[in-house]
Amino acid sequence: MAEKQPKPEDLAQVDYRPPKKGWMDPHVDFRKGTYCYSALAKNIEYLGMPNPRDWQPFNADWKLPPNWKQIILDGMKDRLEKYRSFRLFMDICVRCGACADKCHFYVGSGDPKNMPVLRAELIRSVYRRYFTPAGKAFGALAGGRELTEDVIKEWFYYFYQCTECRRCSVFCPYGIDQAEITMIGRELLNLLGLNINWVIEPAANCFRTGNHLGIQPHGFADSIGFAVDELEEITGVRVEAPINRKGAEVLFVTPSADYFGTPHYYTLLGYLQLFHEIGLDYTWSAFAGEGGNFGLFTSHEMIKRLNNKIYAEAKRLGVKWIIGGECGHMWRVIHQYMDTMNGPANFLEVPKSPITGTVFENAKSTKMVHITEFTSDLIRNGKLKLDPTRNDHWNVTFHDSCNPARAMGLFEEPRYVIKNTCRNFHEMPENTIREQTFCCGSGAGLGTDENFEMRMRGGLPRANAVKHVHETKGVNVLSCICAIDKANLSTLMEYWVPGVEVAGIHEFVGNALVMKGEKERTTDLRGTPLRGKEAAHA
Amino acid sequence: MSALYSLLTVLVLILLAYFGVASAHLGVLFGTVIPFAAIAVFLAGLAYRVVKWANTPVPFRIPSTCGQQKSLPWIKQGRLESPSTALGVLGRMALEVLLFRSLFRNTKAELRDGPRLVYGENKWLWLGALAFHWTFLVIFLRHLRFFMEPVPRLVNLLADVDGFFQVGAPVLYVTDLVILAALLYLLFRRLRDPQIRYISLFTDYFALFLLLGLAGSGVLMRYFTRADIVAIKELAIGLVTFSPVIPKEVGPLFFVHLFLLCVLLAYFPFSKLMHAPGVFLSPTRNLANNNRMKRHVNPWDYPVKVHTYAEWEEEFHDKIKAAGLPLDRE
Repeated sequence: MAEKQPKPEDLAQVDYRPPKKGWMDPHVDFRKGTYCYSALAKNIEYLGMPNPRDWQPFNADWKLPPNWKQIILDGMKDRLEKYRSFRLFMDICVRCGACADKCHFYVGSGDPKNMPVLRAELIRSVYRRYFTPAGKAFGALAGGRELTEDVIKEWFYYFYQCTECRRCSVFCPYGIDQAEITMIGRELLNLLGLNINWVIEPAANCFRTGNHLGIQPHGFADSIGFAVDELEEITGVRVEAPINRKGAEVLFVTPSADYFGTPHYYTLLGYLQLFHEIGLDYTWSAFAGEGGNFGLFTSHEMIKRLNNKIYAEAKRLGVKWIIGGECGHMWRVIHQYMDTMNGPANFLEVPKSPITGTVFENAKSTKMVHITEFTSDLIRNGKLKLDPTRNDHWNVTFHDSCNPARAMGLFEEPRYVIKNTCRNFHEMPENTIREQTFCCGSGAGLGTDENFEMRMRGGLPRANAVKHVHETKGVNVLSCICAIDKANLSTLMEYWVPGVEVAGIHEFVGNALVMKGEKERTTDLRGTPLRGKEAAHA
Repeated sequence: MSALYSLLTVLVLILLAYFGVASAHLGVLFGTVIPFAAIAVFLAGLAYRVVKWANTPVPFRIPSTCGQQKSLPWIKQGRLESPSTALGVLGRMALEVLLFRSLFRNTKAELRDGPRLVYGENKWLWLGALAFHWTFLVIFLRHLRFFMEPVPRLVNLLADVDGFFQVGAPVLYVTDLVILAALLYLLFRRLRDPQIRYISLFTDYFALFLLLGLAGSGVLMRYFTRADIVAIKELAIGLVTFSPVIPKEVGPLFFVHLFLLCVLLAYFPFSKLMHAPGVFLSPTRNLANNNRMKRHVNPWDYPVKVHTYAEWEEEFHDKIKAAGLPLDRE
C-alpha cells in the first residue's frame, strides 16, 4: 500500500460529538482512505450501464448527464411504486435513534451521517421535498431538502460507506432496513454512472467469465487441479474434482475467492476432501464458477443478471440439486432472491442427501443447500470419521457473517460443525454474535485498499470482540463462512488483533476428516505441524 | 431551534383555541366544524396512505432473521424470531406491536480507552415508548365514557383499575401521571442526547409538544379546573350522533384540549405518526423466513440481459478445449 496507514491507537480516538453545522448541509470532504475509486468506463460499458466515463470522486466535476436531476427523481418515483419496503421506510421512521450506535461505521467513525437513521434521512429528505405534500409546502421545516449535485456526492460517499449488513434493522422498532435503502440509493446512483470499481469490475468479470477475478476456463481448471495435487501431498489421497460434467447429481457453487484467495483456499481443500470421502456424485462449473453476486451491491437487475447462471447451468448439466459453499452475501441472494428472480427451478429435485437420505425440506423450492447444512447433517448421522485433535492447535471463535445471520438465520449449523471438528471453541460476547453480529467492515464491495481507513474503522467493533476472546480465552483463530470476511478479517486482525488467524469452517472439517487410505498427517492443510507431530514433520 | 419552533407552534395553537372560544366566541368552529373536518382528514388520509402502501408490491421476501432458521429437524428453530409459518409471523408481529420487541434489544455502545467497546443495557427508550403508547391507549378507551350512554362495563372497569390507588378526588388516574412522565422523558432524551438532538426535526418535537399539550390540558381540566363533565359529555355525544350542540358551560380549556386532538388527527396521516399502521406492513417483519421452501413471486418481474452458456463457450472455446473440459459444440 502506497498510502501511509493511520495507526490503530490514533484510529481508536473517535470523536462522537456531532458537528456544529446541521446535517442538511450536504458537503462532503472526500478524504483519502475513506472512499473507493470510481468504476472504470470499460466495466460500465461491458455491462451496458449508463454514463461510462473517466472520473474520480475527488474531482470537482463528476460529469453527470445534463438531466441528472430528472433521472434521479424519475428513478425514485419508479422505485417508490415498485418497492413497498422503500416507500414505507421513507415514511415511517420516527428518528428514535435506536439504530444509531448499532452501525459499525458509526461506532468506528463517529460521523453522524453513519448513523443508519441519518444515512436514510439523506435520501428521505429528498423524498419529502419532492414526493410529499408537507415537504413540497414547507420544505426544510418539514424535513425536506433540495436535490443538488452536492447531495448526489453525499449519497455516493455514505451509500458506499454502508455494508448492507442489516444490523440496524434488527434493532429498529419498525424493521427499517438500511440495507434496503442503500441498495435503492446505489441503484439510483448507478443511473448516473456512479459506482465504484471494486464492485463493478467483479460484476463485469463475473458476467463475462463466470467469476469475479476474470479467470478463464483453463485457469479455473488449473486452480482446481492444483488444489487436487496439493491435497494429495498433504493427505496421500488423490481426489476427483470434475468440472462441467453432465449428469452429476449435485452442482457445487462457491465464491471464486475459495479457489484463488488465502485463507479461502484451505476451505476449498476441505470441500474437496469431504466430497471425495463421502463419494458425492458432483461437479464444479467453470461457467457458474461464482457464488458471490456483486449485483447485490449494484442493482436488483444486476443481481438477477449475474444469478441467472446458477440455475441455467444446473439445467444444462442436468443435475438434481445444488450445494452452495461458504459465502455471505451470496447466501442472501440464494436465500432471498434467487428463486423469485430466476426460478421456479422445476427442473431440479428436492435436495436429498445421497449419504444420509435426509431430505432438505427447508430448500424444497429453491433446491439449493448450504454446505454447513449438508455437512452438519452428515456429522449428525455419523457419516464422517473425524479426529478433532488435529485442530487442537486452533482455539476457535466464530464470526456470524452478516447475511447468513440476518437474512437467513443460519446460526446453529456452522457451530455444530465447528464443535464436532474442533475441541477449543469460545463464543464472542453475545452483543456481537448471531443476529447481533458485527460486519467485518468491508462488505458490500468496500474491501478495497484505498478505503483502508474506513474499513478499519468499520471493523473496529468486530475486531474488539475478537480481541476480548483473544485476551481472555486465548482464541487464535476467527472462523467464518463468508469469502469477503475471509479476505477482510485477515487484514482487520492484522491491524487490530495481531496473532489471530482467519479460517473457513471447512478447513477445520478438512483437518479433522479421517480419509480412507490417507497417510499419517503431520501437518494441517496450511502446512503447519500438528500438535505432537512437530518432530515427525521435521 | 426546531424544538423551540415546535413549542411556539403548539403554544400558538393553544392560544388560538383558547381565545378563539373565550374572546371571539368561535365555539361552533372549534366544537363542531374543526372536529368533523379533522376526523374526515384523519380517516381519509389514513385510508389513502395505507391503501397506497398496500398497493405497492413486495417484490422480494426480505425478512430480517433474528433467530435460527427452520432447517434440519434436530436444530431448534427460533419460531418467533425467524418464523417460517403464518402463525409464527403473527406471533412475531404481536411481540413487535404489543411489546416493542425490537426496541427491547436496545443497547448502548461505548468506546473506552484501549480501545475497548462495551455494550450496556439501555431499556429506557423501550420503557418510555411502551409506557407512552399503552397509557395513550388506556386513556383513549377511558374517554369512551364521554361518547357512550350507558357507559360500557369494560370502560368503567378500566377506569376503576386505572384509579386503583384511590388518591384524591377526583380519583387520580395512574395513566395520567405515566403518560406525562413518558412524554417528558421522550422529550428530555431528544434534547439531552447530542446525537438524537442532531437528527431531530421540527416534526419530532412538534408531535411530542402536541401530545404533551393534549395530555396536559386534560390533566388540568380533570384535577385543577374541574371541567363540567356533564356539559362536555353532551357536546361529545352531540358530535358522534351528528347532532352537534355547544353547551355554554363548557370552558375554553376544553376547546384547547379538543383542538389539540383535532390537530393531532389531521396531522397524523401526513407525518411520521404513520409508523403506527406502517409497522404492520414492514416487509422485514411481517414475512415468513420460508424463502427456500416456498417461492415468492415478484409481480413486476421482467426479463434481463444475461450471458448464456452458449455465448460463454463460444468466446472461450479453445481454452475450454485445451483445458480438457467438455464442450457442448465441438
